[in-house]
Amino acid sequence: MNFQFVAVKVFRALVTMWIVVTFAFLILKLSGDPIEIMLGDEADTDVIEYYRALYGLDRPLHEQYVKYFVGIASGDLGYSLIDEQDVVEMIMEAVPNTLLLGLTALGVSLIIGVPLGIIAALNRNKAIDRFTMTFAVFGFSIPNFFLGILLILMFSLWLRWLPSSGMGTFWHIVMPAITLGASSAGSLARFARSSMLEVLNKSYMRTATAKGVPRRQRIQWHALPNAAIPLVTVLGFRLGDLISGSIVTEAVFAWPGVGRLLVSAVAAKDLAVVQGILLMVALTMVIANLIVDLIYGWVDPRIRTSAAMDKD
Amino acid sequence: MNDKRKELNSPQDIKDALRPNLRLIPKRVAKYPLLVILSAIFIFGMMFVFIFADFLAPFQYTTMDLPNRLKPPSFMGGPEQYLLGTDELGRDVLSRLLYAVRISIFVAILGTGIGAVLGTFLGFVAAHFRGWVEESLMMLVDAQASMPFLLIALAVLAFFGNSFTLFIIIMGINGWENYARLTRGMVLSANTHGYAIAVRSLGAKPSSVYFRHILPNIISILIVQFTLNFPSTILLETSLSFLGLGIQPPLTSLGQMLGAGRQHLLYSWWIAVLPGSLIFFTTLSISIIGDWLRDKLDPTLKNR
Repeated sequence: MNFQFVAVKVFRALVTMWIVVTFAFLILKLSGDPIEIMLGDEADTDVIEYYRALYGLDRPLHEQYVKYFVGIASGDLGYSLIDEQDVVEMIMEAVPNTLLLGLTALGVSLIIGVPLGIIAALNRNKAIDRFTMTFAVFGFSIPNFFLGILLILMFSLWLRWLPSSGMGTFWHIVMPAITLGASSAGSLARFARSSMLEVLNKSYMRTATAKGVPRRQRIQWHALPNAAIPLVTVLGFRLGDLISGSIVTEAVFAWPGVGRLLVSAVAAKDLAVVQGILLMVALTMVIANLIVDLIYGWVDPRIRTSAAMDKD
Repeated sequence: MNDKRKELNSPQDIKDALRPNLRLIPKRVAKYPLLVILSAIFIFGMMFVFIFADFLAPFQYTTMDLPNRLKPPSFMGGPEQYLLGTDELGRDVLSRLLYAVRISIFVAILGTGIGAVLGTFLGFVAAHFRGWVEESLMMLVDAQASMPFLLIALAVLAFFGNSFTLFIIIMGINGWENYARLTRGMVLSANTHGYAIAVRSLGAKPSSVYFRHILPNIISILIVQFTLNFPSTILLETSLSFLGLGIQPPLTSLGQMLGAGRQHLLYSWWIAVLPGSLIFFTTLSISIIGDWLRDKLDPTLKNR
């Protein structure tokens, strides 16, 4: 992997981060005076001035921008004026719960999606293929909030098998993980099927058949490892969907993660928290995209040479 | 469409076509998979509701009937005049559902349309000016594509508060980057084609080259992108409204109804399940039709 390719990718990642930070600063400035929101309309002018000076809001705009930038670069995301708590602390409390839910959902979608896709590919155009693929389309078409409501209705309210909200026991994570994992499972199943079909049509598969390798071994040793390569990379692209999905899923099941924190912060207009989560997610996404790009460039030399020159 | 034209090659064909032949219809329909037909009928039905909600709704969607709160649908033993029951304020669920479809589809069409126009325009701008204009536009495209848009939408709503106009604008910003990227690429390649060079050397203004000559050539791909973006706009609207941060009462949308109906799941599940099913069937139908169209248009994908 040459230096220029890595440098271009890292530079673009930094630029994306800079755009997001600037965007956050701009909407923060455009949205009005946080002190007035905090203190209300009837606060004393002296009190307002005191708080403005305390938070540096009386400085010129470019100075605030630099200060804001430096603060974020050093990991200071500010202070929640509503919960009176450090934003980084609040987010860090919620991150493990979101990771637990997200990774479980990812596991669920892999365990359900990939085998279904492979089974469908091996039984192409038979009833089982049609059935699984219809199932997959259902899986990624159903809005996660609706799936969550249906599950709550069925398993919490009618059958009374599973708890409908909160976290604690193993049983609490079952429905949120299925809700969050369903759309990934659907698209992974489709992707696994097409990837598997492509490999099955390759000439080395025909060679293996010709030299008398039994079907079971052909699939296990020749087809599966090759079909798995594109699957690994597509997982990187699911991250954004998982993050969006977890916002809604956590709200449905009152799961105490970053998504629920975000929704309640938006409803309460707790701008520091919203902005902190925005920047954290942006950083996560940018790093994930960078890693996927670098892995791609490492695996496929064609991308390495062309992407460094031209962004198409 | 093409098949029809092919059939009308001789006078005999025209005579056949004009003669009412009922057997032709099942044959024609049989070419389409059953699921695609059902999906098309469903989408057609939703469009019908979108246009004629006023005529179809038996009540105003805000009319309250407080003695008749949370009544079940009439076929489940509820009062006769409320076909699908009533909600917590005694409002007719059927009427609300029809208006919710109208608002949701209105927001989705308008939002997707704004995104398409904005993105296409910026794509033309990028391709025309090249240089730093193109660079910065494409960086914006990359930045937006790398962020989950639901998060950006939530942040904007948190900072600026909610209004219907702002909400529509947010819907429009969702997805513009796809059109910008597509348009830029296609315009760059069209600029090197003979017809664009010819028109330009005849002295046409750049705007006329772009909008009268190049745009008609690339519009079909943009329309495909429009249908691809449509379900994602619906999902964005319904997700935000479901979270209570999108369409606000007294207006209603499918997501807003579903979110409000959550409170009454135990005894009045239909208030939430009906709008939820409509959202689900809408996105499902568009997916099914989109998949089928993609297979039709691109035969190399058929085996995938």
